Amino acid sequence: MNLIVNGSEVEIVSPPLTPLLHVLRDELDITGPKAGCQQGGCGTCTVLIDGEPRRSCLTAVAAVDGASITTIEGVGQAEELSAVQAAFYKHYAAQCGFCTPGMVLAATALIERKGGPVERDEVLEALGGHYCRCTGYVKIIDAVMAASRGEVDSVDDLPVPEPGQPEVLPKGSPA
Amino acid sequence: MRATALMIQRMTLDVLFPASADEAATLYGDGEGITVFAGGTIILPEIAAGRLVPERALMLHKSGLDEIRTDGDRVLIGAMVTVAALAEGDDPFLAGAASQVADGEIRRNATVGGNICSPPGDDAQRGDLGGALIALGARVRSTGAGGERTEPVEDFLAGDRAGRLVLELEYDGFERRTGAHSLRRRHAHSYAIAGAVACSRADGSDLRVAVTGVGPTAVRCRSVEQSRDPADVLKDVQPVDDAVATAAYRTAVLPTVVREALDHLEHA
Repeated sequence: MNLIVNGSEVEIVSPPLTPLLHVLRDELDITGPKAGCQQGGCGTCTVLIDGEPRRSCLTAVAAVDGASITTIEGVGQAEELSAVQAAFYKHYAAQCGFCTPGMVLAATALIERKGGPVERDEVLEALGGHYCRCTGYVKIIDAVMAASRGEVDSVDDLPVPEPGQPEVLPKGSPA
Repeated sequence: MRATALMIQRMTLDVLFPASADEAATLYGDGEGITVFAGGTIILPEIAAGRLVPERALMLHKSGLDEIRTDGDRVLIGAMVTVAALAEGDDPFLAGAASQVADGEIRRNATVGGNICSPPGDDAQRGDLGGALIALGARVRSTGAGGERTEPVEDFLAGDRAGRLVLELEYDGFERRTGAHSLRRRHAHSYAIAGAVACSRADGSDLRVAVTGVGPTAVRCRSVEQSRDPADVLKDVQPVDDAVATAAYRTAVLPTVVREALDHLEHA
């Protein structure tokens, strides 16, 4: 079996009924997709399969043989965040961060599919299967709507911590 | 490779990948010792956790059963059509029912065949599409011991589904009035507390009513169809207790849910 993971073609040796989640985490050491509930209920394992968000814990690897997989590692870079990631940063939409990979990927797919500003209801529908136990969701929803409106088109104004230095949050940070 | 993958490797003995519906039927045979793997949304976590150890697994994703097609007035839905495809399909009634199942991400894995084969879960009833399919008068073509047969969805659900491989569903495409109502919360794992679905011909004749989520399978409500009295639903079905709702609560609300569905149909 083969997968294209974040643009690179890889051969898969895991058995056919292995959940894609475990192929990514255990065989390929790609740990962005988190192993949360592992029964489809929490959404933190969500990855993009040929551009569509799906739960990697519910997807047998053989069922997506040959597909293109995007994990959070394939979205943006530490110095160059994607629009959704930058909006999450700016709106304090991540606290512990465990749900963030799934949230960002689902939001990215929603915005790509819509191709323009998304409404609150659409965000609720798209993220309805994603649990966050920290934020209360409001900041996440705000971030996704802002990203969809292109309100975060530059991350130049975001503070980038120097290596070895503690991150300095902007004034007024609720964190 | 770490422990999880190694564990699965030891357990999985034989995984079959039929390339056509005929090959799937042949490999399935009488179904003895075969676990059918459709979308995997229910059984993959069971397999991954070691709670289910299939002797042989039949994976259907390459079997060509994932098409919706029409043959004259009939609409045919392959067993491997995803619930997402149905939710985005041409039939607004089925699309509405499908878009109530789980969430968009799970619907991209979940299949129509799996939905009508799913047994009740530990915490909740499953198979939310059953009611809509019964109301449409849909039929199931399945194979297994005794060969292939086609039967109404309500008969299939009432029979021994475990020994059948679903190949296709079909229903007659004609102008209908439809109505549906369900009690649910928006979340991936929130199954309906109770749902009712009603369909009739455009002139109101041939009323078909079904309820879902109140017992182990969706059920056709012939008493309600005859009397058009929502209270008669309790002659057709006995609600059960689960983690989602008590039988007493379901019994109390079900006539109202049915009345809502009939009202929607009346004013459709």
